[in-house]
Amino acid sequence: MPKKTVYKATIEHLQILNEDGKLDASLAKNTLTDEEVAFLFEQMVIWRHFDEVAFKLQRSGRMGTYPQNKGQEAAALGSGFAAKKGTDFLVPCYRENAALFLHGLAPHMILLHWMGDERGNQIPDNVNCTPISIPIGTQMLHATGIAWAYKIRKEPRCVVTYFGDGATSEGDFHEAMNFASTLEVPCVFFCQNNQWAISVPREVQMASETVAQKALAYGMPGMQVDGNDMFAVFKATRDALDRARKGGGPTFIEAVTYRLADHTTADDAKRYRDVKEVEAWTKKDPIIRHRKFLESKGLWSDKKHAEVEAKAKKIVDEIIKTAEGIEKPSPADIFNYTFAEIPEQLRVQRDTMRTNSLGQDPSQTGLKTEHAHTR
Amino acid sequence: MTTTLDPIELPEIDFDHAPSREGNREIQFREALREAMSEEMRRDKRVFLMGEEVAEYNGAYKVSQGMLDEFGAERIIDTPISENGFAGLGAAAAMYGLRPIIEFMSWSFSLVAADQILNNVPKMLYMSGGQWGCPIVFRGNDGAGGQLGSTHSWCVEGLYSNVPGVKIVIPSNPYDAKGLLKTAIRDDDPVFFLESERMLGDKAHVPEEEYYIPFGKARLVREGDACTLVSFGRPVHFCVQAAGRLAEEGIEVDVLDMRTIRPLDIDSVIESVKKTNRIVVVDQCWPFASVASEVITQVIERAFDWLDHQPLRVNTEDVPTPYAKNLEAAYQPNPDRIVAAVKKAVEA
Ligand SMILES: Cc1ncc(C[n+]2csc(CCOP(=O)(O)OP(=O)(O)O)c2C)c(N)n1
Ligand SMILES: [Mg+2]
Repeated sequence: MPKKTVYKATIEHLQILNEDGKLDASLAKNTLTDEEVAFLFEQMVIWRHFDEVAFKLQRSGRMGTYPQNKGQEAAALGSGFAAKKGTDFLVPCYRENAALFLHGLAPHMILLHWMGDERGNQIPDNVNCTPISIPIGTQMLHATGIAWAYKIRKEPRCVVTYFGDGATSEGDFHEAMNFASTLEVPCVFFCQNNQWAISVPREVQMASETVAQKALAYGMPGMQVDGNDMFAVFKATRDALDRARKGGGPTFIEAVTYRLADHTTADDAKRYRDVKEVEAWTKKDPIIRHRKFLESKGLWSDKKHAEVEAKAKKIVDEIIKTAEGIEKPSPADIFNYTFAEIPEQLRVQRDTMRTNSLGQDPSQTGLKTEHAHTR
Repeated sequence: MTTTLDPIELPEIDFDHAPSREGNREIQFREALREAMSEEMRRDKRVFLMGEEVAEYNGAYKVSQGMLDEFGAERIIDTPISENGFAGLGAAAAMYGLRPIIEFMSWSFSLVAADQILNNVPKMLYMSGGQWGCPIVFRGNDGAGGQLGSTHSWCVEGLYSNVPGVKIVIPSNPYDAKGLLKTAIRDDDPVFFLESERMLGDKAHVPEEEYYIPFGKARLVREGDACTLVSFGRPVHFCVQAAGRLAEEGIEVDVLDMRTIRPLDIDSVIESVKKTNRIVVVDQCWPFASVASEVITQVIERAFDWLDHQPLRVNTEDVPTPYAKNLEAAYQPNPDRIVAAVKKAVEA
């Protein structure tokens, strides 16, 4: 028997709007309207400002560790906009704030989370997303599970899950991908390949040339898009969601982007990143190219930009005020949310703020905390 | 040519050689850990360090600063974000004669490697009828207090100490950290070495000369006869603070720093209880089936008649670790709670 090729594959890269703001009109057909681009660009400017202010809040001690989203807004907005608000479900990690906001999450919730307040994770009923996931990779299994439920219930709904390039090294990623493709669930795996996982560059993280090709092993369509191009991100995500909604199963999208800021406020990327690399990517900043595009269409001007920046400042100021105006949580809260209904032992513990062996006897008072009896 | 797999004759450890804790060679906890690893790596080429960000980045918490420069990329190894992967690779390396030190950025992330570290490593020797040991050290940050939220704030000692086959070390200061880590690296069994992000910057005198601290030997940090205070890891400091406050009121207590949880130096605890007749155990884990429960059970089994008051324990509250600063503070053991518990024990 002669040898024969049993499997062959290629990975496509999609770019519609290039770094200079030039649009490929034929590829752009049926993607974003001018108004939509203008709206999303405004969002981009607002959430960039939000990100910069969040960074400063950490620096001035008003917030805990914060992972900046800077440079990755097009990936978040393009994909978030493709998903149907109120119908589809987002399962994020921590670098796609703008997508969550598009889907209705109040921005102060994200600040509240990073200020160290569990209530930042209390997602309102009318917002379809899970809280930010900190253990790397674990959320992709949840996404697959949610999508499976939609399939079983025959609901025409889809899930988009977000994760980084580094997260694809976790076993959870591979198990989620395998489940999703064998079960043919309506899930889009949206990888924000921002080239770095803390100080580990993509090529040290993995030997594969693209992240997208990892999908092929699971029999899942995989593609690469320019992650700083909202047209490409939108088109790829929308097409994947359309297919998924019709029962076509999951898709893997690798959005090639760049983390323009440090990993988190606890990091200093200058120590391990080449300035030249950062400079090159700064030129590819999504803000630059989308603005150029809108200007070429006569939809944007310096005056308009100044107006949007002023608006951004006002909006973000309000968001901070809201987040900082929320009263500190009460110590009783830590007991109230451990079980659906508080068990007797825990109730006693709550009311005395004592550890187990001391807390069993309610007569032992003395260490009550201010709010301990309020609930 | 010799390879790293050839057996190496190492000089016998002299545990009796215990240089003074007094002196002015003050270094940070993280430096003490680094010295321990570096000294053992210089002596034994089978020893290597592997984990996320340990090499190029010099360690997420700067414990391995400069080690890549000294030992090279073959022995200071950066990994992908694959905890189960590098825990398993480490286990195999240990089975075949190397001496891995595996760093978890946080013990919280060891949970995704649970099968390797709990279901493979501790049982390997037993299941292979004594053939394949796993002389491996897993180390990293353990414990709450850094406002990292409930998934990032694990105290694994309660959970992991239930598993036979591992040794669990939890130092409270730089001197002990160094001596215990050197012993861990030389040990022929798997060792879980629990550090605390909250203490990595703590400074204390650490002698220049080499020394090893044996496992299963508690340290009497402070002496008194009113009550026995038992702790391990970071809460030892809370106990010392509480003991100072109690002393102002004329209550002198024994403070025992257990230093290792497995093996557990219960003899020292019993000896102290026979003097004080009271015991309070302070443990940064959850109360249910905790190390504190274990210490108290063993005290009751062996010294029931010596007790003048029921044993007490101060654990964290029985809930997931809160994220908010004020809630996290209320959740953890602290000197106030310890003082209250001791007073309760001695008032009878
Ligand atoms: C299970 C687990 N291991 C390690 C970490 C520590 N950690 C936090 S972020 C990160 C890098 C993630 O890189 P990537 O997936 O590329 O996402 P990015 O931060 O670049 O957006 C690591 C290792 C963690 N949070 N969870
Ligand atoms: Mg990344």
